[in-house]
Amino acid sequence: MNNPVTHPYIPNTVPAVREEILAAVGAADIEEFYADIPSSLRVQGSLNLPAPLLSEAELERHVSGLLNKNTSTREALSFLGAGTYNHYVPSVVDEVIGRSEFLTAYAGEPYEDHGRFQALFEYQSMMGELLNMDVVNVPTYDGMQATATALAMAGRITGRRGIVLVSDANPDLVSKVTDYVRSFMDLTIIPSSNGTADLAAAEQAIGADTAAVWIQTPSFHGALEEQGARLAQLAHDAGALAVVGTDPIAYGALTPPADWGADIVCGDIQSLGIHQWFGGGRGGFIAVHDDPTFVLEMPSRLFGLESTDVPGEYGFGDVAWDRTSFALREEGKEWVGTAAALWGIAAGVYLASMGPTGMAELGETLLARTAYAAQQLASVDGLELSDSALHLREIAVDFSNASLTSTAAVAALRARGIEPGVVLPGNRLLVCVTEQVTAADIDTLAATLTAVLKEN
Amino acid sequence: MALPVAPKPALRRFHQARWDEPIIFELSTPGERGILVQQPEPAAVDALALREDRLAPLRRSDAPALPELAQMRVVRHYLRISQENLGADFNIDIGQGTCTMKYSPKVNETIIRTPKLMDVHPHQDEASIQGVLEIFWRTERLLAEISGMARVSLQTQGGSAAIWANIAMIRAYHEANGDGGVRDEVITTIFSHPSNAACAKAAGYKVITLMPDANGYPDIDALRAAVSPRTAALMITNPEDTGIYNAKIREFVDIVHEVGGLAAYDQANANGILGITRASDAGFDLCHFNLHKTFSTPHASGGPGAGASCVSEKLVPFLPGPTIEKVGETFTVNHNHPQSVGTVAPFFGVAPNVVRAYAWIMALGADGLRQVAETAVLNNNYLLAKVLEIPGASAPYAEGKRRIEQVRYSWQELFEETGVSSEEIGIRMSDFGMHYWTSHHPYLVPQPFTLEPTESYSKSEIDEYVAVLAHVAGEARTNPEIVRTAPHNQTVHHIHHDDLNDPARWAITWRAYQKKHLSN
Repeated sequence: MNNPVTHPYIPNTVPAVREEILAAVGAADIEEFYADIPSSLRVQGSLNLPAPLLSEAELERHVSGLLNKNTSTREALSFLGAGTYNHYVPSVVDEVIGRSEFLTAYAGEPYEDHGRFQALFEYQSMMGELLNMDVVNVPTYDGMQATATALAMAGRITGRRGIVLVSDANPDLVSKVTDYVRSFMDLTIIPSSNGTADLAAAEQAIGADTAAVWIQTPSFHGALEEQGARLAQLAHDAGALAVVGTDPIAYGALTPPADWGADIVCGDIQSLGIHQWFGGGRGGFIAVHDDPTFVLEMPSRLFGLESTDVPGEYGFGDVAWDRTSFALREEGKEWVGTAAALWGIAAGVYLASMGPTGMAELGETLLARTAYAAQQLASVDGLELSDSALHLREIAVDFSNASLTSTAAVAALRARGIEPGVVLPGNRLLVCVTEQVTAADIDTLAATLTAVLKEN
Repeated sequence: MALPVAPKPALRRFHQARWDEPIIFELSTPGERGILVQQPEPAAVDALALREDRLAPLRRSDAPALPELAQMRVVRHYLRISQENLGADFNIDIGQGTCTMKYSPKVNETIIRTPKLMDVHPHQDEASIQGVLEIFWRTERLLAEISGMARVSLQTQGGSAAIWANIAMIRAYHEANGDGGVRDEVITTIFSHPSNAACAKAAGYKVITLMPDANGYPDIDALRAAVSPRTAALMITNPEDTGIYNAKIREFVDIVHEVGGLAAYDQANANGILGITRASDAGFDLCHFNLHKTFSTPHASGGPGAGASCVSEKLVPFLPGPTIEKVGETFTVNHNHPQSVGTVAPFFGVAPNVVRAYAWIMALGADGLRQVAETAVLNNNYLLAKVLEIPGASAPYAEGKRRIEQVRYSWQELFEETGVSSEEIGIRMSDFGMHYWTSHHPYLVPQPFTLEPTESYSKSEIDEYVAVLAHVAGEARTNPEIVRTAPHNQTVHHIHHDDLNDPARWAITWRAYQKKHLSN
C-alpha cells in the first residue's frame, strides 16, 4: 500500500480501520492472507498500467474526451443497419432502466427482487402477444445466440443433424451458428431466389435428416418471406421444425411467424427500445408454443407466475429450473449465465409504451419508408435494386451499372456527411431506413447519390 | 413525545416497498397511448400502396393484445415495481458470493450516457468512431497486462459466453494441430462455475469433473489419473468458490500441458488477486474476466455484463473476430483472421460496459487495483472471523487457512440443531433488507451460503450484515416459526412453487395464465 490516498471506492483503506480489522483477525499484515500463493506466481513489483486519474473530474474529462472524438448518428444522416438499428428510444425506457433498483440488482430471490421478476415476466408476456406465442425466455445474450440455440433445440427435439437455411442471413450470424452447432449439426445454405427462399431448391434439400428449416424474415437484406407457410409445411411434412429468425419490430402490422407455422421464433430485441450502443446493446429472444417438448429444451431462465400465502398477491419463480446448467451443470440444456435482463426490461417498457396502436403504426411507417427508399433509390441513374421482394427497413442496392463502386460511393457520401449504408459483396450496398429517417432524408440520399454518380 | 429522538435499535427496522401492483395487462384501458410515433409521409404511403397486393397477405389481422396505458401510468407502474427490487445500491450486498457485488461508480453512468456512445453505429466510418475504438483498444491492453496474456477479446456479453468463446478457441486450436478428433475430453472441478462444464459439453466434449480432496483443494492425484492424450483442456477456477487458493495450480497446468492439453482459467472472480498473481504466471493458455464482477460494471438485474477472453500468444490466431488494432495513431478494425473461431457475438461487445470498466481501471491504476485486491481479502477474512463467531455457522475445508475473496459457509450445525435450512435463513434475511445466495448445485457443502464482501463495504457495514446474520441464526433457535414463515417485511409473502414444474399449470406469459387458469 504505497498509495496514501483513501480511495472513495475502498473505504477500509482508512489506516486506522485497516489496523483495527487486521487486529481483529489476528494478522500482522495483509501479506499473511496471500501466504498460500507461491512466490514464483506472485507479480513482481507493480502492474504496468497508466497512472490513475484519481480525481473524479479528471477521470470524467479523460474518458468523455475520448468519447467526444466519436460522431453520433444524431450528427450525420445515417442509413446504417445490418444488425444494429437506429430506432427511437422513448425517454420512459431510459428512465426506468437507469434506476439503481434495476441497474445494480443481480440475482436476489423473488422476494427482495420481486420487481425484476415482475418486469421480466411482463416482458415475456408482451413479447408473447407480439409474437402470438405462449412461451418467451428471459433474454439470452443476443439474437445470434438465440438463433444458435433455437437451431440446437431443433436438433435435440428431432434427434436429427440437418439445418437448411433458406434465406439470406447475416454472415456473422451464419458464422456464429456454424461454430456453435458444428459438433452436433450440419448447416446447408440454399441460395435465395430474387431475395427470398427458393422453394424448389428448399424442397430438394429438406429430407429425413433435416432438424430445422431455418427462415430469416426479414432477411439480412430486409426481404420479407412471402412463402413462410409453404416452407413451414415443407418442414413439417419432413418431420422437421420451422425455425424463424426475425426482428419483432414490425409485428404490430405484420402476421407473426407462429401464425404461418413457425415452431421456434428467435431474434434480437435491440430494435425494441435499446440504443445502438456501437452495436453493444442486445438481447436474444426465443419463443415457442406452450409444449413441454420445446420448453424443456430451452437453456434460458423462464420466469413464471405463482400464488403466495396472501390472496390476490402475485409471486414469481423459475419455471422448470431442473433443465438449466445452473441446476445440472453439463447435463443441463446448453448453458446459461448472466445475459441481458436489463435490456429485457427495456424492451418491456418499450412495448408497454407503444401498445398495439403504436406498434401497428410503427410497422406501417417502417414499411412505407422502406418502400419509398426502394422507389427513390431505384430511380437513381445507374442503381438497381438487388431483388423485387417486399422489404422491411433494409434494401440491397446494386452498383454494377453505376459509375462508382458501392465502396467508392460510400466514401463520396461520407465526405458529404451521409452514411449511406453498409457495403455488401458483389458491389452492392445495404441501405437501412427506420422511423428516424424521413422521406426528405431519403430524398437527400437519392439526390446526393445521383450527384456523386454523375460527377464520376 | 418530543426531542431528543430515542437511539436507533440495534437492527434496522426495514420494510421493502409493497405497492401490490397489478400485472401490466390489468392496467390497460383501450385507447390510451403511451407514446405517439412518427407517421409516414404521403409519398411514402403512396410508394407502399404500389406493393399492397403482395403485402396484404402478410398483414396482421388482429392487433397484438399489448396493454394500452397513458405514459404517466407506464412510468408509475415501472417505478413502483423498481422499488420492489433491492438493488446493490441499497443493500449491503455481500451475500451474493461469487458475484463480486462491488460499487458501480456513478461517474461511469454519467460518462456513458452520451449520444457519442449511445447513438453510435458500429458500421460507421472508422474516422468517426476513433474514440470508442481507442477505448476498446486501451481496455484490451489494460486487461492483457492484468492477466499477463497476449490479447483479449471483449466480444462476449457475459462470463459464461466468454467461457464459450474460450472453449471454441480450444477446439479450433486442437483441430488446427490435427488432433481435434482425438482430444474429446475436458476436465473441470466441481467448485468451478457450472458453465465450464456446460459449455464444454455444448461444444461436444466429454466432461470429467474432479471432486475436492479432504481439505477442499482440487485433487491433484485425480487430475493425474484423468489426463490423457484425449485431454483437450482443463477449465478451472482458483481460488474456487470456497475461497481457498490452490497453491499447486502451476502443477495442475503443467500436468495438462504434458499431455498436450490447454489450460483455461476461469477468472470471473479475480477481485482478490488483482496485481497479486496473474493467469500467465501459472502458465495458463486462456482466461476470462467478467467486467460486471471484478471491473465494476453494474449487474443490471442479470445482464448485460461483459466477458473478456484473454489468450496467450499461441491462441491469438483463433480469437473471435474482429480485432481492434492501433496503426500509427489511428485505431482500425481488423477482420483478417483466417483461423478465427468467427463471430461469437455481434460486433465488438457491450460498449457501455467496456467504457465503464475502462473508467474504473483508470480511476485506480496499478496501486489502486492492488488496494482493491488487498482490501477485498482483508474484508473477507474479517467477515470470516465474524461469521465463525455465530453459533452453528462453519466454513468447511482447510481449517485455519486464510481465504481469498469469498467463502462458502455452512449452516449444517444450525440445521441439525433447529431444522431451519439455509434457504429459510436467507429468505428471513430479506426482512432486514439483506440478501444471501446459497451455492451452485450440487450442494457439496451442506446448508451452504456464500459471502463475498469485496472492497466496497466499510467495516461498519460488514458488522451490520453479520449482526443480522447472527440475529436470524438466533431466531432459528428461539423462534423458528418466524424464520420458516418469512418473509414478513417484504413486497410479497411466501411464494408457492406448485405450478413451476408442472407443464399443465406453469404460466410463463400472461396469455398462458389466462388460458390455463382463467379459461380465457
